This record gives sequence, structure tokens and C-alpha cells, in this order.
Amino acid sequence: MRRRARTALFLVAAVVLAAVLVDGLAGLPAFGHFHGVDGRTLDHVTVRQRHATDVVTAVNFDYRGLDTMGEEFILFASSVGLVVLLREQRADRQQCPDDAGGASGDDGRDPLLALVGRWSVAPIIVLGVYVVTHGQLTPGGGFQGGVVLASALITLLITTGGRTPRTIRRHGALEALEGIGAGGYVVIGVAGIFAGLQFLSNFLPLGTAGALFSSGTVISLSTVVGLEVAGAIALIVAEFAEHGQTPGVGS
Amino acid sequence: MSFLPFAVAAWLLLVGLYGVVTSRHLVHLVLCLGVVQASTYVLLISIGYLHGGRAPIFVGITVGTPAVDPVVQALTLTDVVVEATVSALLLAIALQAERRFGTVDPDAIRELRG
Amino acid sequence: MTALQAVILIIVAASGTAVALTRDPTRQVILTGLFGLALAVLFFVFQAPDVALSQIVVGSVALPAMVLLTLRELRRRASEREDAE
Repeated sequence: MRRRARTALFLVAAVVLAAVLVDGLAGLPAFGHFHGVDGRTLDHVTVRQRHATDVVTAVNFDYRGLDTMGEEFILFASSVGLVVLLREQRADRQQCPDDAGGASGDDGRDPLLALVGRWSVAPIIVLGVYVVTHGQLTPGGGFQGGVVLASALITLLITTGGRTPRTIRRHGALEALEGIGAGGYVVIGVAGIFAGLQFLSNFLPLGTAGALFSSGTVISLSTVVGLEVAGAIALIVAEFAEHGQTPGVGS
Repeated sequence: MSFLPFAVAAWLLLVGLYGVVTSRHLVHLVLCLGVVQASTYVLLISIGYLHGGRAPIFVGITVGTPAVDPVVQALTLTDVVVEATVSALLLAIALQAERRFGTVDPDAIRELRG
Repeated sequence: MTALQAVILIIVAASGTAVALTRDPTRQVILTGLFGLALAVLFFVFQAPDVALSQIVVGSVALPAMVLLTLRELRRRASEREDAE
């Protein structure tokens, strides 16, 4: 279908969709007056039941832990799919000798920038570990902290303009990190079964609210999700960065 | 006036879809898809809001104070991270399409079929 | 609804429109960064700090890095194709 006809058809459909949306959204409770029973109950009982002060993290890893397991497997599947696609493209490229001469442009190796990038890796990792482990107390948790941890590698790659450090690449550290995270979630869930409760029950001691090691499995699940998210996002960016390198250089 | 958050969510959905339909570059398409995703986040967070409610964090705060709905926040926050990864997969597919068809224009790719 | 919330909603709608209507992907990435920042402020103002934290780290670090690296690869392939001709 030609572009103009397609756009016209879309505009007609958009008007209909807009009408349906307005009709549907008008039926919602007025903004600011939502009195969801689940939400209000959770706000009241979480601190007492799970000794966790951040209700959102407790919802993610305890009350709705099965949902989070599904979400993290979406993340796992996407990163695996991406790795398969990009590595196959790189293998194709290395078989064509004509491509070997292509220049990848300058590497952007400004020395000061590279120095700042290398020195910022450690503080970013410390911040990431802090955000991951304090998820049940203050805003944070596995997802946010995992991305912060991955951004340590991203910062290094962007400021040095190079590829992932050889030690990490050769030993598959990022893939292992991601696998441990994804599998660890299921292992902790199954451990709940061995403890005599249901899958993904909170069976560890709850501790006192406000202390670091509180709320049972919430902190362990948060940590494994943090590992998985960090591994996945770092792996994704490393694969993209590897792609832009001239093939056959270094290794 | 209190309809504004929902109106913004609906508007972002429609504008993002328009960007997807009229796109001429696969990467532009992925970023417009990001706008569509953002419309769902705005809708979810707006639904959970309570007038005079605080954030659902109770560090040093008595438990009874009214707080906004935490369930929609939990849904949105996992969604933000996971959808970024899905966008990355779409970018990899765009690279694959470029390798296969030599172009990143969705219309041109359609013509090259067969 | 407070005035701040209304202003932020308008800014989110405007930057979202700008992202969708910009054709050039490189410019669009910058606008996506701004859109992400506006979304993060929106989440803060709506009392959702967890979500705001998530949006900040994803929208300012992870997503722009991925898109820019993709664009770099596309440029590299285009220049390679020109060299070969």
C-alpha cells in the first residue's frame, strides 16, 4: 500500500481509537481519587508483615514475585536473542576479507576522558551495590541497581572508545553473571518449596524493619535480579560496541 | 483539568503510533515505539495517584499516613527496564534487516521482497 | 492537581510529540534523552521515586548508548559500501 494511502487510513483509524480511548478513560475514577483496595492494604501491612519499609520493592519481590520472574525472563530472552543475532553478523563479516580493511573511524581516545572513565568505574560499582542491597529500605532494588552496575561498563566503553576488556570477554563473565541471576531466582523460589512452603515464599528470617538484612528473601531476590539485569545490559552494550570495531584487530 | 494525565497518555499513544506508521528509518521506528511505551507508564502512574498521598516508603514515617498506590509503581518500574532490553533486541533486528536488504527504510524493505 | 504536575504533563506531551515527529535518528536520540528526563521528573512529582530512579538510569545511560552504537554501526556499513564502490 502506498505511503499516502497508509497515512490516510491510519488517521481515520486514529480518530476512532481516540474516541474509544476518551470514552474508556473517562470511566476511570477521577485523577487523585483512586482507592484501590490492594494498594491501600499493602501500604498499611507491609512494614509489619515483611519488615520492609519500601513497599514497592516488597511488592515486586514478595507479594508479586511470580510476575517479576516472568519479567526477568523476558529480559533474559531479549538479551539472548540479541547476542545470537549480533554474533552471527560478526561471524559473517569476518568471513568476508573485503571488510577487514574498513576503517572504524577514530576511537575517540581522548586521554583525559579515558582516565576519568576508568577512575569512575569503581565508584559506580559501589553505588550500584548500594542501590541493589538497600532496595527494601529506600528507593532502589534489583532493577535500578542492576542498570547502575551495567552503566559502569557502559561508561568505560564510551569514554575509552574501545572494546570490552579482554579478561571479561574471554571468560564469558557477563554471560555467566546473567545466567546466575536468572537461574538464581528460580533456585531461591524452589528453596521455598524445600522449606516446606510454596514456590517463592518468603522463608528466610525477617529481621527488624530498617536494618539492612531484613525482609527475608526480598533482599536475596533483589540481589540476583540485580546481577541478571547488570549482566544483560552490560552484555547488550558490549555486543553493540564490539560490532563497531574493525574485525581482526586485537582479540 | 483532572482529565489531563489521561489525555496526555492517550495523546502520546496516538503520536507514537503515527511516528511508527510514517517512519522511514527503522531506528526512528524503535524510538517512536519508546514513546508508545511511555504512554502506558504515564497512564499507570496517573491511575495510582492519590491527592495528598506520599511515596510508599515508610522510613521513619508512621505507617498510617496516606500513600499512593504501590502496585502500579511495581508494575511500571520492572517494565521500564525490560522494555529497554526489548528495544535493544529490535535494534539488533534492524541491523540484521540492513545486512539482509541493504537499507533501513521500512518501505524499501517491503518492495525488495521476493 | 498541582500546577507543577500540570506543567510537567504538558512538557512530557510536547517532548513526546517532538520525538515522534523528528525524522533524523541522531537528533531523535537527544530528544529521547530529554523526553526520558521529563518522564523522570513526572514520576517524581507523582510520588513514585522508585520508578523515577529506574527511568533515569535507563533513559540517560542504557538506551542512548544502545541507539548511538547502532547508528555508529549503520554509518560504518554505509561508508564501507561507499568505499567498495
